[in-house]
Amino acid sequence: MNFPKDLKYTSDHEWIKIQGDTAIVGITDFAQKELGDIVFVEADTVGQTIKKSEVFGTVEAVKTVSDLFMPITGEITELNSEIESQPELINSDPYGKGWIVKVKIKYAAEADELMSAEAYQKLIGQ
Amino acid sequence: MEELLTDLKKVPLNDLHVSLGAKMVPFAGFYMPVRYSSDVEEHNTIRKGVGVFDVSHMGEFIIKGPKALALIQKVTSNDASKLVIGKVQYSCLPNDQGGIVDDLLVYRTGEEEYLLVVNASNIDKDWKWISQHNTEGADMRNISDSICLFAVQGPKAAAVLQKLTDANLASLEYYSFTKGEIGGVKDVIISATGYTGAGGFELYIPNKDAEQLWKKIFEAGKQEDIKPIGLGARDTLRLEMGFCLYGNDIDDHTSPIEAGLGWITKFTKDFINSKNLLSQKEKGVSKKLVGFEMVERGIPRSHYEIVNAKEEVIGEVSSGTQSPSLGIGIGMGYIKTEYAQPGTEIFIRIRNKSLKAKVVKPPFYKA
Repeated sequence: MNFPKDLKYTSDHEWIKIQGDTAIVGITDFAQKELGDIVFVEADTVGQTIKKSEVFGTVEAVKTVSDLFMPITGEITELNSEIESQPELINSDPYGKGWIVKVKIKYAAEADELMSAEAYQKLIGQ
Repeated sequence: MEELLTDLKKVPLNDLHVSLGAKMVPFAGFYMPVRYSSDVEEHNTIRKGVGVFDVSHMGEFIIKGPKALALIQKVTSNDASKLVIGKVQYSCLPNDQGGIVDDLLVYRTGEEEYLLVVNASNIDKDWKWISQHNTEGADMRNISDSICLFAVQGPKAAAVLQKLTDANLASLEYYSFTKGEIGGVKDVIISATGYTGAGGFELYIPNKDAEQLWKKIFEAGKQEDIKPIGLGARDTLRLEMGFCLYGNDIDDHTSPIEAGLGWITKFTKDFINSKNLLSQKEKGVSKKLVGFEMVERGIPRSHYEIVNAKEEVIGEVSSGTQSPSLGIGIGMGYIKTEYAQPGTEIFIRIRNKSLKAKVVKPPFYKA
């Protein structure tokens, strides 16, 4: 399993790539593997400001449903349109083509509470 | 469902599954392989090729002696007197409150000998229930812990297994079985049954021979690209066929008549609660188990509400998934009888939205 060092992680198994005041959010390699084949992603929150740790969408695998949690407070500016028709991209390329939303960050300081790749790997016992 | 991890049993080939990369999860009191690679890939392997499920968690009881048939007739809903040696029957154990103790397969293995195959989660409950009604003294044995069960399923299953046995598999009709040698293992029940709708066989094997036979099957199936298949795919395969899963679609509180199991509920004989069930059949029931497919995009899941156009609750989903073969949401659920007609428009409540669906008659997937 792969956990890029340039990303930050949450205990809810999201990753976040921070670039200035914007960020890209997805779910980790561990999360996609636990969920199995992802067949549907729903996020009706584009345009809304969602608080850190609140639900911004849902990812559905064949067997299970899982909520998606905001790693950082901000406005959802975009949902990856490719994963609407090809949700399996989250399985095949969780940190690349399988990204889920883009976010305009509200409180940059919240980034300090995110986990490093090492801390996340420790959390999941890898 | 949370289970105490320390109480979980392992199937005899547990280590083999782990070595094949299986994700093992608690299910029905056992660690079971839920998937080896991908639910969808494994599903498609069964629909198009051949794969093997280790379903050794299932329970097996032998009932024999001069009182065996009378006991089976009393506790099961189907008419076991119709079974000839070599035939299998799908049946259920009605309770005395209108519900179902379990669904099961009944094999007639001898003149006065039957094999009952029950759900793993119900082994103890079924054993107690049948024992309690065994007032005439039929000989009962629970052999669940000494038998492995492999389901070799898919359109190429017969071609693979035929390489390993002299038994004529092509001549074995659906719901028939033979007992013979396969892959050098003697006394295996080779049964033309399964839970996938893809054709194939179920093999009942003594534990000590199970690993050897598993390996022989995979060697024989190399050319056909045979794969191990987990319980994840088993669930989507059975749901595409509209087969009931105990604990989801039927349970202690659902009647066989409501569940659409009238075809295995035969009033040609008396059995536990038969008078009540007959009256249900004659008077009609207020809710029924139906199949439905999503018209709008969404995936139904068990316990989601079913509503009508006025948002009134008219039922509840019992099983649901995204159908890997059809690419849409499909499900089963109990619904008020006036909405049970195929073609009826219904709505499934998914995360505060009512998404359109329509009642259909399973199977959802037609080969």
